[in-house]
Amino acid sequence: MGVEGIGARVLRKEDKRFITGKGRYTDDFKMAGMHYAAFVRSPHAHAKIRGIDKSAAEAMPGVVGVLDGKQLTGDGIGNLICGWMIHSKDGSPMNMGAWSAIATEHVRYVGDAAAVVVADTLENARAAAEAVVIDYEELPHVIRAVDALKDGAPQLHPEAKGNLIYDWEIGEKDATEQAIAGAAHVTEMEIVNNRLSPNPMEPRAALANYDEADDHFTLYTTSQNPHVARLVLSAFYQVAPEHKLRVIAPDVGGGFGSKIYIYPEEIVCLWASKRLGVPVKWTSDRTEAFLTDAHGRDHVSKARIGFDKDGKIVGFSIDTIANIGAYMSLFSSSVPTYLYATLLSGQYNIANIHCNVRTVYTNTAPVDAYRGAGRPEATYLVERIMETAAREMGMDPAELRRRNFVSEFPHQTPVIMCYDAGDYNATLDAALKAADYANIGKRKEEAKARGKLRGIGLSCYIEACGIAPSAAVGSLGAGVGLWESGEIRVNPVGTVEILTGSHSHGQGHETTFAQLVNERFGLPVDNVQVIHGDTDKVQFGMGTYGSRSGAVGMSALVKALDKVEAKAKKIAAHLMEADEGDIVIEDGEVKVAGTDRKLGWHEVCLAAYTGHNLPQGMEPGLKETAFYDPTNFTFPAGTYVCEVEVDPETGKTEVIQFVAADDFGVIVNPMIVEGQVHGGITQGIGQALLENVIYDDNGQLLTASYMDYAMPRADDVPSYKLSTHETVCPGNPMGMKGCGEAGAIGSPPALINAITDAIGNNNLTMPATPARVWALINGK
Amino acid sequence: MSKVSMTVNGKTVEREVEDRMLLVEFLREELNLTGTHVGCDTSQCGACVVHVDGKAVKSCTQLAVQASGCEVVTIEGLATGGDLHPMQAAFKENHGLQCGFCTPGMIMTAVDLVNRVGAGNLDEKTIRENLEGNICRCTGYHNIVRSIEAGAKAMA
Repeated sequence: MGVEGIGARVLRKEDKRFITGKGRYTDDFKMAGMHYAAFVRSPHAHAKIRGIDKSAAEAMPGVVGVLDGKQLTGDGIGNLICGWMIHSKDGSPMNMGAWSAIATEHVRYVGDAAAVVVADTLENARAAAEAVVIDYEELPHVIRAVDALKDGAPQLHPEAKGNLIYDWEIGEKDATEQAIAGAAHVTEMEIVNNRLSPNPMEPRAALANYDEADDHFTLYTTSQNPHVARLVLSAFYQVAPEHKLRVIAPDVGGGFGSKIYIYPEEIVCLWASKRLGVPVKWTSDRTEAFLTDAHGRDHVSKARIGFDKDGKIVGFSIDTIANIGAYMSLFSSSVPTYLYATLLSGQYNIANIHCNVRTVYTNTAPVDAYRGAGRPEATYLVERIMETAAREMGMDPAELRRRNFVSEFPHQTPVIMCYDAGDYNATLDAALKAADYANIGKRKEEAKARGKLRGIGLSCYIEACGIAPSAAVGSLGAGVGLWESGEIRVNPVGTVEILTGSHSHGQGHETTFAQLVNERFGLPVDNVQVIHGDTDKVQFGMGTYGSRSGAVGMSALVKALDKVEAKAKKIAAHLMEADEGDIVIEDGEVKVAGTDRKLGWHEVCLAAYTGHNLPQGMEPGLKETAFYDPTNFTFPAGTYVCEVEVDPETGKTEVIQFVAADDFGVIVNPMIVEGQVHGGITQGIGQALLENVIYDDNGQLLTASYMDYAMPRADDVPSYKLSTHETVCPGNPMGMKGCGEAGAIGSPPALINAITDAIGNNNLTMPATPARVWALINGK
Repeated sequence: MSKVSMTVNGKTVEREVEDRMLLVEFLREELNLTGTHVGCDTSQCGACVVHVDGKAVKSCTQLAVQASGCEVVTIEGLATGGDLHPMQAAFKENHGLQCGFCTPGMIMTAVDLVNRVGAGNLDEKTIRENLEGNICRCTGYHNIVRSIEAGAKAMA
């Protein structure tokens, strides 16, 4: 409706504070009497704590406390939990080991918190942390997931025999095996999905204060979901009951999943604040971030896919081992199961799929959701094996995909998901055209003449967003419902405040959510304020992850706007003595259709609040709340095409072009959506070319700084060619699907398929470093 | 402890600071100029870039005492009066930021880049190569490059 409504490229309302240095991130806050926490972290991958000598540290300047895990548990602080129950295929519940925010008897990875020092300055806290003497008895350790499953492997938790957390399956095993046995062609691959560090540019931080007079805590923290943080801190860690704990997630500098979880440091800051009687701040440095932020991916899979003589898929079998690290982070169990194996049908009509997943403990940092969470792992597997199969069968990879596309909706896959809408040919066609796929042969020739190897690769991804229908995820083991709440607060002067349980940490909600109000009432977005990230202001919400803030968060706002609109129309009809059904609201005016009678929007709002002349029995005010629970996942999908040139002398890959054709359903702000895709693709290129978390055999993290962990820089990536192709999602009122993760999900296989095409060898593992590519070219 | 005196965003400031205090800590903790950020501890990410005597400097790599006597401009001092610097405006107009954490350093680097290389000499390759010392995790750099192209034109 309005020029700033749905589909408009409205510039971001939030930008001014960021471009002028006035953003307010957690570390920017100070409190009177604030002290600083420094953690004493395990230098060992696995050890028993025989004793802690705090005396030297306690005597150091400015130190007000040196605290350990026994004091923490002694004060009744509960263990960290994983909030998604997975049952093994034998019906037994997952085997979860205990995780104390500060280790009590054992440390289980390098970086595990063993003690904390609180002092008046950061320098004093860090100096004293160095002086805490911990007597460790080193224990055998295991780093790789496949090794953790071997007989005789070191054991991390008594609860998880053989380090196995669960042995889970989905799909029909026998039918899948029979189908593959009868296939005309079978492609087999072992596929590794490399371990990554999410690396939002703002490191995690927490600032906690206990107010003794009110028996009340305040926590500023870098969270994607402050309400869930408060719930978990209250219900499971027993820090304080919810009404005695305010959690504020102010400006947050990126998350990508890593700021969903409740980490030990927030718990410790809250607890230490009460115990020591001072506000306590902790801000991670980058090395701590690499050591302790939840990592992502780290799957090893064996996959077999069978085709009939026409190139139609008849069966797909996958056996995956997932590394979950030393402890089970908040949503970790769901990532290699329901967020992964349910997407193994890709964009394809596959009658038989079976996937077995064994998830194991190792002496490494916890692994949880990172941008895409399970879906990148599924997409990488499906799209690598499709491309490889096409090459083995001598078929055009695009044609093989096309032959297997799902083309009728709704489509029930054999792995739970029911795809509701899509047009996979449309995005494939658009991407091939934009990439000039038809003429790649000429470009390969031209490159060859220059001594370079050119290749092209496809990826037709699908993902599941809009997470998620509460009853459905509840039946699958989730400990929470995944609805969202929204409140529309219309002020007496007609300006609007949106309160949302979604949280923006770069996604631009302050703009896109305001666009909904413009669309509905024609009010300028400058008259709309979006309020989020504070449990004292917003009643409740489930936060932002899984590309859910549009499809779920905005849907809640749409429902609340429906109620506001209905009430405003009733008031206007009463004031203008018209029929309610004849009232229209547009361009900031409330009109009687077909007449010249109208009121300003602000006049109706003021009338709602003066209460002087309202319809009989109507409550004053104009403020409505709604909770929206989605009816299904949403299914963004698209095709990515990557073209590379490899220098055979060095093995270095240059990305020549990257084309994305996406179907995100209805788009509110194309500018913001494009930005999400740019960022997602770059993270995917990072995974495919550059990034890799590496522990050495001693369990030391070798990639613990930006000197050692290769983040994508501006000169590693090209500019991107994007297009969108909308099919309306039938599952939510606005027809939205979500766009936050697609880039990171779809891009790695496109890039690896391009390199393997260039070098003529399918056996490439991410990241495709020059050394690895050179070795394959040279048969090493 | 040492006494430092410098001009920050046009104002003279004097403080007694520890010798080991970094310039970024001085700006953030002593002067409350929290627009300058710390994103790493190895001088790689560039979130802390400020201008010292007109040149881009990673303020995590310089001691406060080293900046004594210098003229320092931070992101808070880039706009004049109520008007955004053309590079700030370009980042907004081209959606060159998402979470905003790397943005101050990016903008300070971009302004320095235009000053050093000249607005007319900034092709995409040059811009990308010169952003080697600034990491952004959100934007994929696409719109940062567009922003700097536009900002350079506006500065010319």
